[in-house]
Amino acid sequence: MEQFTIQAEAASRCGGTRPSAIIGVVASGNLEILLERIEGTGCAIEVATSATGFRPIWEAVIADFVQRTSPGGLRISINDGGARPDTVSLRLMQGVRLISEVP
Amino acid sequence: MSDSLPLAEVAGRDETASWYEATARERIAGLLDAASFVEFVPPTARETSPHLHLFDLPVAFDDGMIVGAGRLQGGCVLVAAQEGRFMGGTFGEIAGAKLVGLLRAARETGGGCAVLLLLDSGGVRLQEANAGEIAVSEIIGAILDARAAGVAVVALIGGRAGTFGGAGLISACCSHVVVSEQARISVTGPEVIETNKGVEEFDSRDRALVWRITGGRTRVLLGIADRIVSDRIECFREAALQGVRQAPAFGLATLVAEQRRLEQRLRTLGECRDTPEIWRAMGIDEPGDVADLGDEAFAAVVAGQGTRHDAR
Repeated sequence: MEQFTIQAEAASRCGGTRPSAIIGVVASGNLEILLERIEGTGCAIEVATSATGFRPIWEAVIADFVQRTSPGGLRISINDGGARPDTVSLRLMQGVRLISEVP
Repeated sequence: MSDSLPLAEVAGRDETASWYEATARERIAGLLDAASFVEFVPPTARETSPHLHLFDLPVAFDDGMIVGAGRLQGGCVLVAAQEGRFMGGTFGEIAGAKLVGLLRAARETGGGCAVLLLLDSGGVRLQEANAGEIAVSEIIGAILDARAAGVAVVALIGGRAGTFGGAGLISACCSHVVVSEQARISVTGPEVIETNKGVEEFDSRDRALVWRITGGRTRVLLGIADRIVSDRIECFREAALQGVRQAPAFGLATLVAEQRRLEQRLRTLGECRDTPEIWRAMGIDEPGDVADLGDEAFAAVVAGQGTRHDAR
């Protein structure tokens, strides 16, 4: 297991009014992502992954995600079962879409 | 209780959605009345397993057990759903405690709220086996207490992990059991039998064998399940509604009738070595074809057997 937090600064706050959202399942090659609101336009992403040694790839995937969706004001917590970067990227996008929905 | 999390990627009800393919959260979202579910001890509470880190394994924020309250066609239900893809849907300390808590809350309603158990589980989680075994026994006790208080406890089974070990025992304690063809119910799983008794006893890689022994069709013909439905969330919803309404009273008369039924079953089927023999003994003309029938044709075979298990 490896755990680290990646801090990013987004251009704007994430839209919508939902206080939290969860997407995905912790399984082999899959991951769960929990999104919660925080103050400001920062984005804190806490990663707990079963695959060690891939932090640079996580940083690249997250940088791309922050640029594409601007997830400001979110605390994002990840439990990862060894998902590939494309799956991580997909789940992050799904998570932001889910918390941005207006119920 | 806390604010309800959005449960699924697709908010609208999809009438063709597969129960087998869905996650636990998607099953709840499709099963209950729209937006009626309120989760207890949600992922934001971060009540994760205190054991898995010792084995260098990732945790899940809900420990693979989602519990809460909602509405089914307007009626109050308490719901527990296992996520079969996380650790095989196993019973660990936290997952078990969440289900025990839900069942005790159900008992306090005195029948005001039914319980739906969306089981999808390989049984006790080996990494926290002692806590898991205790949890399973507490769950069984809590189910019986709730039923004695007048609560209907309906099991809905049709997930990837099946219902094995303690989960199989738990299903047998419910008021009513609904399965799909994809469901499997047993105590000792196929791999475990093969490991202990050899491949001659049970070839766990023979999927046809595994399903004709443990699968939903066999289980409903034997009265281990009460109802079989197609693998669609909509079908499970309709069956859950009926199950809640039809659940038998829990008392001495029910148990005596169940004991008689089991004695009778042992007398007539006790010598059978494989499932086709059982089906032939039950008067099904072409037992070899049963696995190949469509859902509707198979439902007709079940209906032809009459009510075989009104006791449980």
